[in-house]
Amino acid sequence: MTKRSEKSTRMRNGKRPIGRKAAGVRAASRSSVSVAKSGGENSGSFEELRRIADRVLHFSAAHETEVEITAATDALTRFANNAIHQNVAEEIRHVSLRVIVSGRTARATTNKTDDASLRNLVGAAVSLARFQPKNRDAMSMPGPQKQPPVRRFFEPTAEATPEDRAAVVRRVVRLAAGRKQTAAGVYATGWTRAVFANSRGLRAQHAESKAEFSVTMMEQDSSGWAKATSPDARLLDPLALADRASENAAASGNPRELPPGHYTVILEPSAVLDLAGFLFYDFAATAVQDKRSCLTGRMGKPLFGANITLWDDVYHPLQSGTPFDGEGMPRQRVMLVENGVPRNLVYARSTARKKKMRPTGHGLPLPNEFGEAPMNLVFAGGSGSVDEMVRGTERGILVTRLWYIREVDPYEKIMTGMTRDGTFLVENGRVVCGIRNFRFNQSLIAMLSNVEELGTAVRASGEESFDMVVPAMKIRDFHFTDVTKF
Amino acid sequence: MKEFAEWAIETARLRGARYADARVMDVRQRDISTKNGQVGTLVESESCGIGVRVLIGGAWGFASTDRLTREGVQTCAARAVAIARASARVLGRPVVLADEQAYVDTWQNPYIKDPFCVPVERQLAVLLDADREMRGVPGVTLAEGTMAFRRIEQVFVSTQGSVIHQRKMQSGAGITATSFQKDEIQKRSYPNSFGGQHALQGYELVEAMNLPAHARRVGEEAVALHGAAQCPEGSRTIILGGGQLGLQIHESIGHPIELDRVLGMEANYAGMSFLTTEKLRQLRYGSDIVNVVADARLDHGAGLGTFGYDDEGVPAQCTPVITNGLFTGYLSSRETASAIGEKRSGGTMRAESWNRLPMIRMTNVSLLPGSWRLEDLIADTDDGIFMETNHSWSIDDHRYHFQFSTEIGWEVRGGKLGRMLKNCSYSGITTEFWNSCDAICSRDYWTLWGTPNCGKGQPGQVMGTGHGAAPSRFRNVRVGVAFSQ
Repeated sequence: MTKRSEKSTRMRNGKRPIGRKAAGVRAASRSSVSVAKSGGENSGSFEELRRIADRVLHFSAAHETEVEITAATDALTRFANNAIHQNVAEEIRHVSLRVIVSGRTARATTNKTDDASLRNLVGAAVSLARFQPKNRDAMSMPGPQKQPPVRRFFEPTAEATPEDRAAVVRRVVRLAAGRKQTAAGVYATGWTRAVFANSRGLRAQHAESKAEFSVTMMEQDSSGWAKATSPDARLLDPLALADRASENAAASGNPRELPPGHYTVILEPSAVLDLAGFLFYDFAATAVQDKRSCLTGRMGKPLFGANITLWDDVYHPLQSGTPFDGEGMPRQRVMLVENGVPRNLVYARSTARKKKMRPTGHGLPLPNEFGEAPMNLVFAGGSGSVDEMVRGTERGILVTRLWYIREVDPYEKIMTGMTRDGTFLVENGRVVCGIRNFRFNQSLIAMLSNVEELGTAVRASGEESFDMVVPAMKIRDFHFTDVTKF
Repeated sequence: MKEFAEWAIETARLRGARYADARVMDVRQRDISTKNGQVGTLVESESCGIGVRVLIGGAWGFASTDRLTREGVQTCAARAVAIARASARVLGRPVVLADEQAYVDTWQNPYIKDPFCVPVERQLAVLLDADREMRGVPGVTLAEGTMAFRRIEQVFVSTQGSVIHQRKMQSGAGITATSFQKDEIQKRSYPNSFGGQHALQGYELVEAMNLPAHARRVGEEAVALHGAAQCPEGSRTIILGGGQLGLQIHESIGHPIELDRVLGMEANYAGMSFLTTEKLRQLRYGSDIVNVVADARLDHGAGLGTFGYDDEGVPAQCTPVITNGLFTGYLSSRETASAIGEKRSGGTMRAESWNRLPMIRMTNVSLLPGSWRLEDLIADTDDGIFMETNHSWSIDDHRYHFQFSTEIGWEVRGGKLGRMLKNCSYSGITTEFWNSCDAICSRDYWTLWGTPNCGKGQPGQVMGTGHGAAPSRFRNVRVGVAFSQ
């Protein structure tokens, strides 16, 4: 799978999925306590990271210096053919330094934290900065900011062991084998801590744990899939997810072939997420300024259906991620689309200055050419369920998951991609049978103008976009252009 | 570096590993970009660490750390052992590795100019010159340029006695002009889209591109596309330029032949493959003139899939993938080769960095050149479309149904290139498409294209792959459906 671009990869770096309240996520208490480890060497504690940051700032003779120190431990148990076949763990630290020298800025990064390496890091950044043309948009670094606290670290999740993960996988595999199905998937746990500091006195820090479970259940000619993420592994219910995937695999066997055309579709939240997620960069003020956003010339005018309201909110209880941006500015809640009308964009500091706006705390680490991006999208939902949407549908297609979505037309926002792992024909209010997978070529603008019903907004996980809070959607006139052989 | 790897191996062995290998990698990277006359990204990065892979009781464990001390490395190896023992609790068929001998060797790709020794201001000046040329064209609303350089030094050590030291230097660059008019965004890129051309070479690769010399044409074509005719919808003869064909090979040949996909190991994420094992040496993948190899040897070219040894210590090889149209070979590892009864791995295991598990990745999966001159091929085409430079790409999770669009196209009428076409797209079924190939241009038109952004695996890994291709013709291909109403 060829990645979309360096742009999307670079912009998505640092996104730490967390939190979901959907099928497969237990409705247990989230009262776990955020605990920082004691601050020994190599502990990855805030104390250790702060000491590294202070050393970097001490070593730098640049006019201004900014540093982010990150420590992370990630582990992932991967299974296929009803057995664990890959099982990995990593521990890593990352020192990312930016300097400003006479109005010129550059960045250097390393994972070495001895004094000599940190001094070399400063030297590399200063050398890069010194020999470039002066940037007319360059700004001094921000001073101290007030950071609203978020609690997203759960020690039991951070400390989950390979045995813990293997025990979960074993139960899932037994479920599959008992139904004569084949299971594949991942169970991942880990944590990240980050400390941000600059020479003008700004200090910020964040800790987050994470758990992810996804599973594909397969039969001879069909498959089902489910996925959930949470900051707290105890809130995931892998067996419930596996059961849902298993039922979809069983129900979609012996698929029928339908002709391509325009259909009413019911998109499960993961399918909505992976499609609608492609809009995120269009809401960057820099994208509009560069005339590569689909919102160029369309702000303040009705663009989507009146039932579409969308905002960015890192503090939403189902959201995830760091509450400060690439310059350490606190992220703001920003209303992006209100009743179908694009109202606001997000702004990094320099973009905001040019447009005489206030920065919204969505800037990407400098220097960069992309400016900013909202990464905590929340769609307003309705009150219905997918089952209710099915019951109210005379004829349509129920889609579990979409795959390999790419942009065909950036201004009309035409996207192409495939259905996958559970696509069903709905007739007279019930699921009739599984169908062969479709290719779609569909404008997102048209799609969000044709939404007939919205489900309850949940935290959804997919594979094309970062996690978002989105509802299931019932949409008319969705354009399937081709059908494949399975 | 070797010492760290040896400590890890010894710890794994003492803790009961039947087999273990360790890779110490030191990676340096420089990323530069410009946009509309300004510096965009300007970053230098370095990353150093060790990854340890162990096999115990027929199950794998992998752990990695950047704590390069004796204690850190030994702790990492012990963690890999503990993970392998946990894997063994949910064991399928025990892993058996295809035989491979031990190697003690050093390998380095040749290059002329170290890009890290070229002053960054000179590199920026090239991009800014090209930027100025593109913005000199009225109607260009966005000019972008990028350069990326990567130097990898790694040592591989295994319990079988291999000690392999490799150094690789990778370079890449490209420019893009975008034009927004009324309700349409069009763009053109050089020498390829999505970051340009990348290869296992030094800065001489960038110099040979001569980005400023091509910048004005790129800008003019981006603007001209607004006035071009829409690509028609229907069944047509198409000629694909080499860059677009490289990605077509990547998606519809390179991925389906990955044996881990075929065996279900990627089912939850990247998907599986229509190329099930009974099709080996049976399936007519393409027409008689279609010959494809997976070749990691330097003899094939300095591509992103070129190396001396893969990341489980297997020497670079050339595997015939499609021979005169017949499907003849997979991309394999020691584990997967053994699983299908092959005697030896094809040597395709690579990891993005020290903190990732090696997995089957494309090497240089290339369509071998034919005999046509491009001028003759166009002259031989009565009614068709010449499409060039990828714009979008998508293929299903079995790698069977695909759709691509390109930045630009031209009508071919009566053996001549005609008017420009915009919004060109084509789609099809993998084997039907390759069986419709009836002409391939010669080595004079053949380029080993680099795809630097191939994503695979969980956790995700990005890898560079190579794809040699020359312009080629395909008959009765469905075009224009991406913009159908």
